[in-house]
Amino acid sequence: MSQTQAQTHGTDNGKPQFYVTDEHHPEGSTMLGFWLYLMSDCLIFAVLFATHGVLGRNYAAGPSPADLFDLPLVAVNTAMLLFSSITYGFAMLQMERGAKAETLFWLGVTGVFGAAFLGLELYEFNHLIHEGAGPTRSAFLSSFFTLVGTHGLHVTFGIIWLITLMVQVGKHGLIPENKRRLMCLSMFWHFLDVVWIGVFSFVYLMGVLG
Amino acid sequence: MSSHPNAPSHESASQTHHGHSHGHEAAHGTFRSYMIGFALSVILTAIPFWLVMSGAIDSKLFTAFLVMGLGVIQIIVHMVYFLHMNPRSEGGWTMMALLFTLVLVGITLAGSLWVMHHLNTNMMPMSPEMMKNMP
Repeated sequence: MSQTQAQTHGTDNGKPQFYVTDEHHPEGSTMLGFWLYLMSDCLIFAVLFATHGVLGRNYAAGPSPADLFDLPLVAVNTAMLLFSSITYGFAMLQMERGAKAETLFWLGVTGVFGAAFLGLELYEFNHLIHEGAGPTRSAFLSSFFTLVGTHGLHVTFGIIWLITLMVQVGKHGLIPENKRRLMCLSMFWHFLDVVWIGVFSFVYLMGVLG
Repeated sequence: MSSHPNAPSHESASQTHHGHSHGHEAAHGTFRSYMIGFALSVILTAIPFWLVMSGAIDSKLFTAFLVMGLGVIQIIVHMVYFLHMNPRSEGGWTMMALLFTLVLVGITLAGSLWVMHHLNTNMMPMSPEMMKNMP
């Protein structure tokens, strides 16, 4: 059976073929699949938010959010991520026009804003740990570092993905495959910004409010 | 695209007129919709930060309520203007998945806080003496 199929599909030299070539991947289902992945990611964050909601007031006689958090820094951080969201939107608009150079430019700008966000976050983490407010200090800080760190990791992988796609677009141009990948990353990137809204509202602002 | 015979000269045109020549009909934004979303986001971010940093409202409870409320509104703005959520995309399945996820998130958050709050209040009160003798 497999042999006859391999022959009918014209693979030369009798090489085995391990998949059915005429079964087409239905076009357009990638977006729904990726959306479902994002929803599962949303559940991860929901659990981490719930953990922080439960443990966020357990300071173990240590520092509280009002002592630790530097709100102007968080505001700048938030602005970085918001700017990166809108510049990614511009990249998508250029992609639709088929303008390769402009798409790459806006993707690059997005990457720079994303990197700035990460840099500020790492600076904040480093500062906290040096003040003796590391993740081992109290339940509040454990849940804080886990939640914000998980978001930071997502951004890190988003930037790696972004650079990969910039190389791909540079090499192969705006072919349908690359467009599909860019749209998936677009959803991922905007989703991370949505999660950050929850982080700055619930963790930082509500935390400082006490 | 045939509607753009002179596409290169259009470079600076901000209003990209997007034709749906490619297969799927996933709604993409326009320059206008992205800018509306961005402007709303800036406003909805600035207000809660200002509320908390200036302490404009005396009541902490009311401030907290406002911060969370504005956060929820901003999440909806992002969903609509950046993620292009609408009840028709992918035959309505993205919306169904989102609603299902929101139900699960609601149960997770509300359930955790509720259960743990009751656990805390029903714990046997502990004196410092008992604390010292803890293993």
